Amino acid sequence: MAKLELRHLNKTYTPKVIPVKDLSLDVDDGEFLTLLGPSGCGKSTTLRMIAGLEQPTRGDVVINGEVVTSKAPGDRNIAMVFQSYALYPHMTVYDNLASGLRLRKMPSEEIRRRIAEVSGFLGLDSLMDRKPGQLSGGQRQRVALGRALVRQPAVFLLDEPLSNLDALLREQVRAELKSIFESMQTPVVYVTHDQTEAMTLSSKVAVLNDGYLQQLDPPRRIYTHPANRFVAGFIGSPQMNLFDLQCDGRTAILGNARIPLPSSITPPPTVTLGIRPEHVELVSSEVNGRGHSVQGKVVLVENLGMSDLVSIRIRGTDHTTLRALIPSDRPWRQETLTLSLPAEHLHWFDAETGDRLYSEPLSLPPERPQERKEVR
Amino acid sequence: MTTVHPPAHPPAHAEARPSRFSARTLWLTVAVVLVVLFSLAPILWQVLTSIKVNADIAAIPNVYFPRRFTLQHYIEIFNRRPFLNYMLNSFFVAFTSTLLCLALGTPAAYALARLRLPGERIVLASVLIVTLFPYILLFIGLLEIVRATGLANNYLALIIPYTAINIPLTILVMRSFFQQLPRDLEDSAKVDGYNTWQMLVRILLPLTTPALVTTGILAFIAAWNEFIFALTFITRESMKTIPVAVAQISGTAVFEIPYGALAAATVVGTLPLVILVLLFQRRIVQGLTAGAVKG
Repeated sequence: MAKLELRHLNKTYTPKVIPVKDLSLDVDDGEFLTLLGPSGCGKSTTLRMIAGLEQPTRGDVVINGEVVTSKAPGDRNIAMVFQSYALYPHMTVYDNLASGLRLRKMPSEEIRRRIAEVSGFLGLDSLMDRKPGQLSGGQRQRVALGRALVRQPAVFLLDEPLSNLDALLREQVRAELKSIFESMQTPVVYVTHDQTEAMTLSSKVAVLNDGYLQQLDPPRRIYTHPANRFVAGFIGSPQMNLFDLQCDGRTAILGNARIPLPSSITPPPTVTLGIRPEHVELVSSEVNGRGHSVQGKVVLVENLGMSDLVSIRIRGTDHTTLRALIPSDRPWRQETLTLSLPAEHLHWFDAETGDRLYSEPLSLPPERPQERKEVR
Repeated sequence: MTTVHPPAHPPAHAEARPSRFSARTLWLTVAVVLVVLFSLAPILWQVLTSIKVNADIAAIPNVYFPRRFTLQHYIEIFNRRPFLNYMLNSFFVAFTSTLLCLALGTPAAYALARLRLPGERIVLASVLIVTLFPYILLFIGLLEIVRATGLANNYLALIIPYTAINIPLTILVMRSFFQQLPRDLEDSAKVDGYNTWQMLVRILLPLTTPALVTTGILAFIAAWNEFIFALTFITRESMKTIPVAVAQISGTAVFEIPYGALAAATVVGTLPLVILVLLFQRRIVQGLTAGAVKG
């Protein structure tokens, strides 16, 4: 049983360098929270503050209801996996795994039992007497993970643990991580800039940018209901199409097309319309298109293997391009395409604040107040 | 268009290889032999001289490789003069100042490498500037200090200046070593529950040993070989160090130069350093950090 809370964390280095401005969130038992964001968004600093390697300027870190902000990292009952693994090079694998437990004066019987359990699980049995220098990258990664697991801490912290592995190994270890932590009733905080990792591993994703929490939601909802323009553009590859459009009454003007705004919103003077390339559909004739169709000339085709990423210049605009993901097996070789924008996949944002303008009928529980983006 | 061209004339290439390779090896061997000769010749000459009989040393034309060997010169310097005593003096002074250097310089280097200190650059620059002072200028000032504090004929008069002179080197070498130690390693130790002292002793010290040994040897050699301070600050015979003792070996008459004894003393004075370096060579070369992080 464990719970991690962050209360209004702030880290200020200098008045101009403030990696974390105001961050509050909870991680419950069995939850896998990913801190996701571009580099410099404050995710690593946040993790280091949870670990106690950095002191927050303001705010508190609470583990199991106990404020640990002023405690040393070793006294917080946390375990951390580092990006560079950070194994002790002069110790054998066994000693690496045992060092944290020995410092806590655990009887050596218990240490041996725990290590045997974890090493069997991670396939480290045959490596116990080796030094880290004699291990491959994947094996070192496993030892680093094992060192965290044997501790049986209240909270696991992982700082981009996969980024040093090659692509193939990364996928494999990612799957292993998922199964390991799913079986464990311990909160996990995972830092990454890789959205695939965030989407596949987490039960919740916290998108950070510029020192603020942008959205805290399950991965699916982050994808389907980005809370603001930043999240919309950051999550999903290829990137979402985002257009700043003028409103005329209750319709937005996109080239020659007029797209009605949903009835639930009060239209601001300008809106941002977002649609993911994979949701843009190819229509063979204008009559059978769902939603609103736009026409345009093809300017670029990028072959992604299972689909083509096609950019068209929308008719009636100067240089607005729309990118659409068209499955490779659909024939479309025209120079001018008609594409439809299905209404259920449109995202509307206030062009000025960047906030999402409406929520569709919710199939998921409503956002909690603390999950609101900080308004600057 | 991208096309694949077959590699051009691979056989010719393969044939040309062995002969060129051997020519290169030959040049390399010649160069190595020349360099080794150049650096070892004076030492070799000293060693040969120290085992020649006096007649061979003075013979004209020169006797390069003696036919008669003698240990007379060695016996002489240990019997007629307290050479063992000089060596112990040298060892004590050099060893103590080396330890002091490492003990004082290493924490300073760690602080300069790891902490964000205000004025860090200024500190580093002044450390570097200290090493640029002409030795002889420092010496005059130090002489006054030694006189004022009454430290003459006290080992401290050597230990303190040697430490001070070698500390900048220690700081600079150790700092660059600490900088290339991954920071994550220390963070990892903290998360594991090591306190600062335990982390220093159990994690950092084992990793730092090669650098400590390297710097230590450099400091030791500098202190062992130092002449001017040792000559001036120590006048009591029983406290003299090796370089001074060697310089003061003289013959019975003004015109007699005891080459044999001098050469033997030089060899005896150099030998401990050679042994020291050979002993620790493995440690110096060893890259202990291998495997800490993905390389």
